[in-house]
Amino acid sequence: MLDHRMTDPAPVAVSALVAVECTGATVRFASARRAVTALEDVSLEVEQGGFLTILGPSGCGKSTLLRLIADLVAPAAGRVRVLGDEPAVARKKRSIGFVFQDATLLPWRSALDNVSLPLEIGLREGAPPRARDPKELLKLVGLAGWEHALPHELSGGMRQRVSIARALVAGPKVLLMDEPFGALDEITRDRLNEELLRIWHETGVTILFVTHSIYEAAFLGQRVLVMSAHPGRVREIVPIDVPEPRRLAVRESPRFVAIAAHLRALLETC
Amino acid sequence: MAATAHILETDADAAFLAAERRAAWRRRLLPVAGLAFMLFLWWAVVVIFDVKPFVAPAPQVVAATLYGRFGVLMTNLAPTALEAVLGYLLGNATAILVATAFVHRRTVQEAFFPIAVLINSIPIVAQAPILILLLGNGIAPKVAIAAMICFFPTLVNMVRGLSAVNPQALELMHVLSASKREIFFKLRLQSSLPYLFSALKITASTSVIGAIVGEWIGSQTGLGALIIQATFNFDSALLYATVAVGSCFSITFFLLILALERVCIRWQPAPLT
Repeated sequence: MLDHRMTDPAPVAVSALVAVECTGATVRFASARRAVTALEDVSLEVEQGGFLTILGPSGCGKSTLLRLIADLVAPAAGRVRVLGDEPAVARKKRSIGFVFQDATLLPWRSALDNVSLPLEIGLREGAPPRARDPKELLKLVGLAGWEHALPHELSGGMRQRVSIARALVAGPKVLLMDEPFGALDEITRDRLNEELLRIWHETGVTILFVTHSIYEAAFLGQRVLVMSAHPGRVREIVPIDVPEPRRLAVRESPRFVAIAAHLRALLETC
Repeated sequence: MAATAHILETDADAAFLAAERRAAWRRRLLPVAGLAFMLFLWWAVVVIFDVKPFVAPAPQVVAATLYGRFGVLMTNLAPTALEAVLGYLLGNATAILVATAFVHRRTVQEAFFPIAVLINSIPIVAQAPILILLLGNGIAPKVAIAAMICFFPTLVNMVRGLSAVNPQALELMHVLSASKREIFFKLRLQSSLPYLFSALKITASTSVIGAIVGEWIGSQTGLGALIIQATFNFDSALLYATVAVGSCFSITFFLLILALERVCIRWQPAPLT
């Protein structure tokens, strides 16, 4: 009933509305003895302003997929386009923002200075064309008044908020988030999930969000891309048709529970 | 959390704070007590075994010498301090520059690091005569010896510090399209500071050793020369007083660098993953 498998590798015309597009993307790593295929023949398309969550067991290549789009790894085959550009070009145009699993803040910089970091570097490619005010962004992530705090004075959740503000400061069109709330406690994670949806609505940025939590994937995404492991492939793309705007309570609705059960079944048969 | 910390002065809190204060005083006073005990032990050994003054002086004789010949001691401290500080600056600056070159050009590191290890394996007392033959009898060879003794610890620590960057921070820099120069100045240099300062603290004391060893061989002034003179004259009190002045200077230099570290590193180093 929810089968929207995208195994058809028919070339897709680059539409102005497509933010991220992968066609038959394959990534291989050389380990000590043999080549490991991390991703095989992954095709996906995310429209501008869309929110796609990527769900899968650990080691299924979901982070690799995100890193492929961010130009942190190169494809062995297939093509990847971000707003019609190759990832390296999109990166230099400041179209991509990346949020890591650890906040990765520079410990000697205050919250505000960490947020401004992207405005200070990569300048040989020209100043970011859509730069935003770092103070405004700290307010957007709910950290007004914490501008001068150093990272070690902030909690894990607050540090991750700073790193989200930092990822948005250069005005990216695509925000890639690699298990950003994976290390946080459940209460903080729930709150940040709701806030992320608010930030998404307010900024209109396209988000690709990697997680291994079924509830997080279904709550955040307009669609959930379920991956299978060894090698990493797209198993199914599941649309999440629950009423908007979403509040945490939606997770108790029968529709949401049914979707979560379907996702769990998909993961168990990976 | 520092930003929200506040102290409520209830009775229980007051008792707790008083206990904390007592513990703090205990921590401060115990080393003083330890030192006093060792001085007493020293005095007792000299008295009980009737140690002759040319073999080892009693502590109060050393104290009297420190007071009575303060002028001579300070006149000789001045050149030693100058040599140590100049050597410290020269050796550490060179080490930082070489470490930067090593980190940027792997080939340079592979070619020259073994040579640095080789030079470091020559004992400082063997390096000293070589440098005196090369640089003459003035201040230059002493500065050079102090610099040599500083160079290696700082080189090793700085190479480690510049390389020990959080790999995820490097990925962040890549996503931000940072240049090598930007990565160096915005990331590597700052994250190397804790490593650099541990070397700067060690070499603050060793630079003084370098200067003194340099003065042992062919010098008329300086703490090193005074040590040699006092030894030849069996003036054990002056010898001990000179040593005490040398260590006081070392400790002061060390504490100065420690204070500088507190100013430069106000953040807690990130755990390295």
